[in-house]
Amino acid sequence: MAEHDRNDPEYQAWKAAYDATRLRDVPFETMSGVPVDPLYGEGPYPGQYPYTRGLHAAGYRSRLWTMRMFAGFGTAEDTNARFKELLRAGGGGLSTAFDMPTLMGRDSDYDWSLGEVGHCGVAVDTLADMEDLFADIDLSSVSTSMTINGPAAMIMAMYIAVGEKTGVERSQLAGTIQNDILKEYQAQKEYIFPPRPSMRIITDMMKFTSAEMPKWHPISISGYHIREAGSNAAQELAFTLANGFAYVEAAVAAGLDVDDFAPRLSFFFNSHSDFFEEIGKFRAARRIWARWMKERYGAKNEKSLMMKFHTQTAGVSLTAQQAEINIGRVAIQALAGALGGTQSLHTDAYDEAMALPTEDAARIALRTQQIVAHETGVTNVVDPLGGAPFVEWMTDEMERRAEEIFAHLLDIGNDSILEGAYAGIDDGYFVGEIADAAYRFEREVNEGKRIIVGVNEFTEGDDGERNLLRIGAEVEEYQLKRLNDVKQRRDSAAVTRALEQLKTDAADSEVNLMPTMIEAVKAFATEGEIVASLEEVFGTYVEKVFL
Amino acid sequence: MDDQQQIRVVLAKLGFDGHDRGIKIVARILRDAGMEVIYLGLRQSYKNVINAVEQEDADAVGLSMHNASHMTLAPKMVEAMAEAGLDVPVIVGGIVPDEDIEPLLEKGVAAILGPGASAEEVAQTVRDAVAVVRGEPAE
Repeated sequence: MAEHDRNDPEYQAWKAAYDATRLRDVPFETMSGVPVDPLYGEGPYPGQYPYTRGLHAAGYRSRLWTMRMFAGFGTAEDTNARFKELLRAGGGGLSTAFDMPTLMGRDSDYDWSLGEVGHCGVAVDTLADMEDLFADIDLSSVSTSMTINGPAAMIMAMYIAVGEKTGVERSQLAGTIQNDILKEYQAQKEYIFPPRPSMRIITDMMKFTSAEMPKWHPISISGYHIREAGSNAAQELAFTLANGFAYVEAAVAAGLDVDDFAPRLSFFFNSHSDFFEEIGKFRAARRIWARWMKERYGAKNEKSLMMKFHTQTAGVSLTAQQAEINIGRVAIQALAGALGGTQSLHTDAYDEAMALPTEDAARIALRTQQIVAHETGVTNVVDPLGGAPFVEWMTDEMERRAEEIFAHLLDIGNDSILEGAYAGIDDGYFVGEIADAAYRFEREVNEGKRIIVGVNEFTEGDDGERNLLRIGAEVEEYQLKRLNDVKQRRDSAAVTRALEQLKTDAADSEVNLMPTMIEAVKAFATEGEIVASLEEVFGTYVEKVFL
Repeated sequence: MDDQQQIRVVLAKLGFDGHDRGIKIVARILRDAGMEVIYLGLRQSYKNVINAVEQEDADAVGLSMHNASHMTLAPKMVEAMAEAGLDVPVIVGGIVPDEDIEPLLEKGVAAILGPGASAEEVAQTVRDAVAVVRGEPAE
């Protein structure tokens, strides 16, 4: 039995919250029939500040994490068919992946788009594609997640326009757009404009959604890509949270109250193979966010202090050699995500080191997290590792290392994390730290100090035969024709007017860009045209080369 | 290799692909192996690469590709180099499925380095490719 002081007010508060929670209808006992308590160890308990032990009193006893599998390729129509299938099967959350040209804010007929159209996601050039993407789907009854950053404002404007055209007001629209531009300069490199004008667009979006779209999450702050680019766990944690603080500072500077938008911020982390380090990282992330939001940014609403996050297993850990063994890696990483208390989880497919996942591999990945959820018993107890000396030490250590990095950013940013983020981008701090960490790891593997199974040890057994997913050229042909048709049919005078207005608005930082952006997409201005117009005012970001 | 001039390598990423973890590691590996590395960065055009090769009098070009665009971009780079009259090997690193290796070599790519190549393999591949063009016996 758990040894709790029953009169402790902290414990009693937890107990009251737990008792008030509706639980899943499953036996909370071991495989052998031994009943287990919902909670062991010390307070502060799950659901209590600083939330190290989780956001909710009952943890996964009340609700499992959302198994959100990110997917998509081909035309808008192909993806629309998949969305409808998903909705028929009872899913309510749509997740959209876009192709590289769309992510970079360029049209399908741009020079570099050749060979990339429809490849790692759906191609969206104009509102017409967005209408195809969501055709016959009631946008008031779904929640849509869109993974896009540089051109996020245009894509959000298109989503709003589709809603309007189908009789759904923007206040009814629910979803998340990734829109985390800072990590693009630091890691993923899918930027368009320089950092400061990009932040202006983001604060415009935060203002717009705060006023008009209460169910919309205007940003998902992502460490995933920082880790994939080569950072270590503490850097992923610190850079991601620092980016979160930077958005908070930018929004507050733009006149928003912290509690107006902070409850709608969410995070996205990587789950790598060092089991306890990852668990410590997740627990530390919740604690740091809660403390900083309360103490530094003066948040009052409890929801502003509660960090919600999505987790994806580490794509970068997958090996091309003996690809099937990646299933084992993914299982361990998924388990770390669950023990860290993630709100949702994507498990990678074992064949993703070489290409987009095949259907079979994606199914195995989903089944892997279902095994963690339904067979291992880790969901019976909230924060089951809480109180274990090594886990608590690792949590503290992750926090300590992150705080060192925050101190550096405050130092180079004159006591502002936002300015520290800009300075760190300008002087190559982030990319340099990430490249150093990546090189260090690579050298250790190369020197045999670190064993990667199938790569530098245990290398027998790779038959090299793989069934890879290939995307045909028909998608590209179709999309180029579609874009051309839309350009022929639209009122080009209206497009020119809207783009001119957009440039005027962009030049005036007091004006919110969203209303004109919506007008421009409704006139069927292409994504590439809108980007090019804004580049005339904002400029184009070119990364300084740091080695 | 002692009495030889130092090998100069231009490294670049073409097109939209922003995955630069691998190419930065390769840059350091080649530098540690005694070569001079000119890393141009992301989103380079064929013309930029050719200009750099000419200005730096480079011995080899390394392209990093992670977006399944290797089949379109790499042969075009080889063609552009030939058109510019440059006899400099183009080496591709990154994610290249096995069945694409032969077609790329046929189209004039000098060598392909896949995931898991060791530091020694990376450096030796560059040395060998340069030796072929210089007319030296490969090691």
